[in-house]
Amino acid sequence: MLKTPFYDFHVEHGAKMVDFAGWEMPILYSGIIEEHRQVRSSGGLFDVSHMGRFWVRGRHARRLLERVCSRRVSDMQVGQCRYSLVCNEQGGVRDDVLVYRLDDDAFMVVVNASNREKLFEHFESARGDWVFKLEDRTVETAMVALQGPNAMGLIGKVSQEVPSLKRFRFVEKNLLIAKLLVSRTGYTGEDGVEAILPANFVNHAMKLLLKDVNMSEAEAAIKPAGLGARDTLRMEAGMPLYGHELEEDLCALSCGLDFAISMDKDGDERGEPFIGLEALRRAQQEGIREKIVGLMLDGRRTARPNMAVMNGDKQVGRITSACLSPTLGRPIAMALVEIKHAEPGATLEVETGRARIEAEVTKLPFYQAPKK
Amino acid sequence: MPSPSDRRYTDSHEWHKLTGETLTLGLTKHAVEELTDITYVEMKPAGTEIEPGSEVGEVESVKATSEVYCAVGGEIIEINDKLMDDPSLLNNDPYEEGWLVRLRVTDASTLDELMSGEAYDERYG
Repeated sequence: MLKTPFYDFHVEHGAKMVDFAGWEMPILYSGIIEEHRQVRSSGGLFDVSHMGRFWVRGRHARRLLERVCSRRVSDMQVGQCRYSLVCNEQGGVRDDVLVYRLDDDAFMVVVNASNREKLFEHFESARGDWVFKLEDRTVETAMVALQGPNAMGLIGKVSQEVPSLKRFRFVEKNLLIAKLLVSRTGYTGEDGVEAILPANFVNHAMKLLLKDVNMSEAEAAIKPAGLGARDTLRMEAGMPLYGHELEEDLCALSCGLDFAISMDKDGDERGEPFIGLEALRRAQQEGIREKIVGLMLDGRRTARPNMAVMNGDKQVGRITSACLSPTLGRPIAMALVEIKHAEPGATLEVETGRARIEAEVTKLPFYQAPKK
Repeated sequence: MPSPSDRRYTDSHEWHKLTGETLTLGLTKHAVEELTDITYVEMKPAGTEIEPGSEVGEVESVKATSEVYCAVGGEIIEINDKLMDDPSLLNNDPYEEGWLVRLRVTDASTLDELMSGEAYDERYG
């Protein structure tokens, strides 16, 4: 199993380790709900080094990304990052990615851990006679997320530049001989940053970052948080997860991510059709049949993925993700339901196998960080 | 920490503690650590008759829903109401405050077939 450069840190902080997409990762340290609340109220530190990191450079790097990404990349500025889907020819979702523009002809792409090999091959197979260099630098680098309302304040102690970044912007910093990339992005619904750094620089960087923070102190502003909390945080924030809300055989237009799909992308001067665009146009013409929605459940019980969503005696969908929301104190879920039952306010039921739970279709996200 | 020696254990990670005719049932520390944060507990109501080895209820955690079994037959006489308001008691104190259910048992002989705390720890510790 692969270990991230933070492995010793996890063990020292009492993490319970699990296998996640071939990586030995911390699912929790003290408890999922406690870590979730810590991130919402102050700040959490996540090791996300298992995420795949590709560098794409060269004359046709931009065209490759236009070809594989559902969202336009040509109009991105250097220093900007953009969320996009990667589709298959049938218009299903191969992965969701974050594209960083490093230079006119240089990009970085962060992909899901479970899709790293698949996506690398997918990018290579789209090469044709284009000239670009595609490198998977996942194991030589590390990635860490600092998330929560106090995250930027803490970073402000070591950098003036990072707290002035807008959302979805990044800076590259030269630290000694190492290069550090910091973006104002995240997967929790909170303000914060994600940083990418060389793997062999992790120990030094952690000392710099955490010199003012006592991680074992009860009142510490920032505490380590595991993949368990990351999952419940992203659910409250209504963010999809590959394998749950995003799948190869689920039409990209059903995922509630229309902002990330440029249906007119081949239109303008530097336009380029993306893989899957034709199929999505056909699907749009025929009409989208189902959609990812939020559900608020009655009672205290948690739904589980693949439980049936019912309207009377008829199954009209299935649960894709669910948890007892630590912030709202009630069960929430995301579900794929027939389009005619996807309007917020509709009342449906979740079949648990022994009981029916009433559920109301709700607008996503369930939670938004208060504006400062 | 070793599992308490005053009770008997199953491979499905329940502990059974007999005091006279009253059997108290709970989950082991190993079980609640595997389940992660418990979010909900639902036991069958007092008065329910339970066959040896059958289900007495369910516990839900952030990660999963699990059935709970009792190795001994009997009648449920009390369920731990505190867990309804605060399921985290089960995570914090699985062997005392976090007990699940109490049964009146007439034949506790199946207990002898279960593991001692030491045997349980050897297998799952």
